[in-house]
Amino acid sequence: MSANAPMREVARRAFAAEFNDARHSFKESDDERAPAYQLLPTGEKANRVFFVGTLTEKEDIGDDNEYWRGRIVDPTGTFFVYAGQYQPEAASTLRDLEPPAYVAVVGKPRTYETDDGSVNVSVRPESITVVDAATRDRWVVETAERTVERVAAFDDEGSEEGTSSGSRTQSGYNEYARMAADRYEDLDPDRYREAAIEALRSMEGAEDEAEGEAEPTP
Amino acid sequence: MSELETHAAEIAEQFSEHLDVTESDVEERLRTLVDEYRVPLEEARRSVVSQYLDEADLERDELGSGDSELTLLGDIDEDEQWIDLRVKVADLWEPGHESIAQVGLLGDESGTKKFVAFDTSELPELEEGQSYALSNVVTDEYEGNFSVKLNKTTTISELDEEIEVGDDAVSVEGALVDVQSGSGLIKRCPEDDCTRVLQNGRCSEHGQVDGEFDLRIKAVLDDGQEVHEVIFDKETTEELTGIDLEEAKQMATDALDTTVVVEEMQGDLLGHYFEVSGPVFGRYVLVDAFERLDGSVDAEAALIKARSI
Repeated sequence: MSANAPMREVARRAFAAEFNDARHSFKESDDERAPAYQLLPTGEKANRVFFVGTLTEKEDIGDDNEYWRGRIVDPTGTFFVYAGQYQPEAASTLRDLEPPAYVAVVGKPRTYETDDGSVNVSVRPESITVVDAATRDRWVVETAERTVERVAAFDDEGSEEGTSSGSRTQSGYNEYARMAADRYEDLDPDRYREAAIEALRSMEGAEDEAEGEAEPTP
Repeated sequence: MSELETHAAEIAEQFSEHLDVTESDVEERLRTLVDEYRVPLEEARRSVVSQYLDEADLERDELGSGDSELTLLGDIDEDEQWIDLRVKVADLWEPGHESIAQVGLLGDESGTKKFVAFDTSELPELEEGQSYALSNVVTDEYEGNFSVKLNKTTTISELDEEIEVGDDAVSVEGALVDVQSGSGLIKRCPEDDCTRVLQNGRCSEHGQVDGEFDLRIKAVLDDGQEVHEVIFDKETTEELTGIDLEEAKQMATDALDTTVVVEEMQGDLLGHYFEVSGPVFGRYVLVDAFERLDGSVDAEAALIKARSI
């Protein structure tokens, strides 16, 4: 890949249970146009996310202009998406869709503080498209894998030396996990591994066979 | 096995048919040069080999390379073969696991192959863009794809010459998360040898021209770890979307707008998973073949892995 062109941000995979806990956002430079990142509690930065779930409700909560809110459910919780006049395609998709429907969303994480001081996490969609159950299942498995990988790498201490390429330096120092451990003292990353296991178990037919294979042979 | 011992074993093997040498004899000669005379190991090896060549009255090119054979990456077709390579490091990726020191792509004239170096092998780091002679690497196979593994006995020497990396197909998969501008029904400059895509009827080289219609899709595949930009040409776009050039032109004529074509196409693409393969050109994978990943997935393997940590 070319080193000169600015790299497009990867769309991270996280279940709603983890995404909605990701209340901390940050920038890595003082530049006004520097990308904003949401810090996932399993130790990854997310400037973009991709998820697939079931649209269960939609509502136009705008006053003068259309402003659509959608609730999109995965096996662990609910993603909230908001689309208005600056996301015309996503807004028009929400307007036309009849819940329930499987949808795939590419979008940017957004956080806002409510009057009582709690932080809500939502998604500003770049695109919303209708997909099928097979695509939803593929996303659940993929997201479980990515989540478990992040949890497994969470305690990689390594050293800070060496050039950083992405989230982990070559020496194994997991910068964003350290940041998450610092910012989310109350959140044990293992809870998201358990949520991933629950999500996989919720898939039809997965449980029986896997139980059999996971049992140690006597 | 230390690096020096590896060299000693290899040299002893090389001369086994010609001389009565033992590994410890070779090792002692190497140690003398390296420890007492501070000669770099590669140079010491060369010197010791020369001594044995003299003793055996052989020319350098009469000598076999020991166990492993110099092989082209594209000729690798068997698991667990010990081979030597002359390659350039085409790409380094972020290791996905702490046990992996380096992972990336090696290339030679025949194409590229993935390589892995494990942390426990304690090898010197390979640099992207540098060419190397690697001896004693092992081939590996996973689901029909071959790769090579570096190991404790692998020796790495930098080459002064640059190894040419041949064109070959890569395969990438992920969710299609974006259809970029310049997709759908486009117009290209009709000038000879110019296929530039027109912007508002203008070619950046030839100015205002009567463009020729074409179809393509520039898309982004994302697997949650890496993004790949891919380009579907006219044929693969037609196959992908079921819309051919004539239909696309008709759609644009009816709507008095060419953008209706990409809007129609992307609804069935965004958010779906694909695997594509084709040669890499600059930052793009030029799609020769693709598969829509809409079959069932294996949750069991993921579940077992999730429970194992």
